[in-house]
Amino acid sequence: MTEHAVGEHSADERGWYGGAGAFGGRFMPEALIAALDELDVAWRAAMADPEFTGEFDRLLREYAGVPSMLYDATRLSERAGARILLKREDLNHTGAHKIRNVLGQALLTKRMGKHRVIAETGAGQHGVASATAAAYLGLDCTVYMGRVDTERQALNVARMQLLGAEVIPVESGSATLKDAINEALRDWVATVDHTAYLFGTAAGPHPFPSLVLSFVRGIGDEARAQCLEQYGALPDAVAACVGGGSNAIGLFAGFLDDPEVAIYGFEAGGDGVETERHAATIHAGKVGVLHGARTYVLQDEDGQTIESHSISAGLDYPGVGPQHAQLAASGRASYLPVTDAEAMDAMALLARTEGIIPAIESAHAVAGALRIAEERPGQTILVNLSGRGDKDMGTALDYFDLGKAGRA
Amino acid sequence: MSAPASSGTASAFARTRAEGRAALVGYLPAGYPDVDGGIDALRTMVAAGCDIIEIGLPYSDPVMDGPVIQAAVQQALDNGSRIEDVFRTVEAVAATGTPALVMTSWNPVEAYGVDRFAQRLSDAGGAGLITPDITPDYAPDWIAAADERDLDKVFLVAPSSTDERIAMTTAACRGFVYATAVMGVTGVRATTSDLAGPLVARTKATTDLPVGVGLGVSNGEQAAEIAGYADAVIVGSAFVRVLAEAGTDRAAGLTALSALTEDLAAGVAGGAAR
Repeated sequence: MTEHAVGEHSADERGWYGGAGAFGGRFMPEALIAALDELDVAWRAAMADPEFTGEFDRLLREYAGVPSMLYDATRLSERAGARILLKREDLNHTGAHKIRNVLGQALLTKRMGKHRVIAETGAGQHGVASATAAAYLGLDCTVYMGRVDTERQALNVARMQLLGAEVIPVESGSATLKDAINEALRDWVATVDHTAYLFGTAAGPHPFPSLVLSFVRGIGDEARAQCLEQYGALPDAVAACVGGGSNAIGLFAGFLDDPEVAIYGFEAGGDGVETERHAATIHAGKVGVLHGARTYVLQDEDGQTIESHSISAGLDYPGVGPQHAQLAASGRASYLPVTDAEAMDAMALLARTEGIIPAIESAHAVAGALRIAEERPGQTILVNLSGRGDKDMGTALDYFDLGKAGRA
Repeated sequence: MSAPASSGTASAFARTRAEGRAALVGYLPAGYPDVDGGIDALRTMVAAGCDIIEIGLPYSDPVMDGPVIQAAVQQALDNGSRIEDVFRTVEAVAATGTPALVMTSWNPVEAYGVDRFAQRLSDAGGAGLITPDITPDYAPDWIAAADERDLDKVFLVAPSSTDERIAMTTAACRGFVYATAVMGVTGVRATTSDLAGPLVARTKATTDLPVGVGLGVSNGEQAAEIAGYADAVIVGSAFVRVLAEAGTDRAAGLTALSALTEDLAAGVAGGAAR
């Protein structure tokens, strides 16, 4: 693992992106500050310890199937009119980029001498990844999941249970991801002496955004090196879907210091940003504080969080990681909404042109890449295919009216 | 050190100190069971012996609230409770002469505008804010806005706080310091925590401000125990639970609320004598 200098896009020591008070920070109850400080110190020490980083790299390589390949999607490219490269995070163990983050955090938990991990999950992917890492490293695991999500992602609940995790359905609020985070934080306040919170995305209070990035930035570092090695040049643009934003920041981190590479994040536009039903937090939100960080938040004039909507549970979040907020504000990255319909069309197109069924989250990035390809004919667009679509077959079955004999 | 001419809660603490007892601080979220019902309930608590009132600002994503308060807050939000309703509740309590603080998660203050919020609170006669999910090192805007208007700034200390952080926190407080007695969210507990006493002692070593203990107090006996070492006993979930159990029978709810307040007030008064 290479050392990365602190640059203009990194957080300062108090977790601020873009200068003190701008984005990020640590808006948390005092009861959790000691734990966050402890985590910060332990994480920095671990990242400076070749034994830890070596073990992390070994786990990624031997257990998670990393580095994932960079794949030249030629048939999709023909349709797009631009060269589309796919970073195949969907081929990682557990089917998404999230295994990188949980292996890093679970390894850190062991190093800190704690024996229990808790996690929140929306679609269930982070929950499954957390349960996997906990099983592999012999840690107790409790996953908080909104009751609504447990119903629409029952298969992932079963996976977590098979992996030995306890899944606790959360009834409060809208009974979705944001409420699962609230409940996990409440657990942590009471159990912090022996429990680590495996935060699922590059959001939340300092140091989580920076910490999660340190474990997922291999996506971008690998993609950059692979692109240069395989195709002899950097891509003209990179694209990823953005919910909380961990897969996106992992990809973007590899290219932030390459000003010639355009960076695009695609948010869940749901039924359309002109409707109330979307999760396009940067596009349509206001700056506020949610889950410990100042960032863009979907909120009403009283500061109450507005429920987000997306066909993809993994993007269905009314906040976004603070580094994305800063990248948007500074203009280094562009964030655009992609509707449910566009994402589902892209899911089908990728399946039929390349034989790859993407997660609906990742299909947002594919759809976005197809759109920017129109402005960039013949250019190279590198897309993070952050997850595979097995978990989404129930949604696809309903959406496309599949499952009957014959061809849909 | 020249103290501000009047701090919202300073007069209440001056009185309880003169009487040789701890203060009883009672909490309810605004808008529960509805705005007027909440005002009636808080007036009942004042009449039955609460020295200071905390009015919760209902928020969609609280981190520190336990299940009892969460359910009440959700009901308030479902009823359409707005920030203006909180200020109306503050006005009603302040009119009784009992100091009224607002306890709020941070984002509603930021969304309303920190300066505008402080001004509106001051205009309503509010004593200040209790801010459970923000620490002084991330609250410079609120500290400045409160200082400009002599509003109380009540930050929390926890058993996990280092001595250095306790000193930093108490230096930023005005009115009193809120010590969370247990590592956990709000809620009624059978026994209060043995973490509270040492925390109060560590806090008092850094400040002359009164120190209140909250989280987990549900009866007069516990109140008396805490009053033995703290300047204020803070009760929330137990009051909310009494109202919740009474359901739609508002009169019964107020009667029960009055009885609980009297029990707690007797505990607070007896505690200091032990």
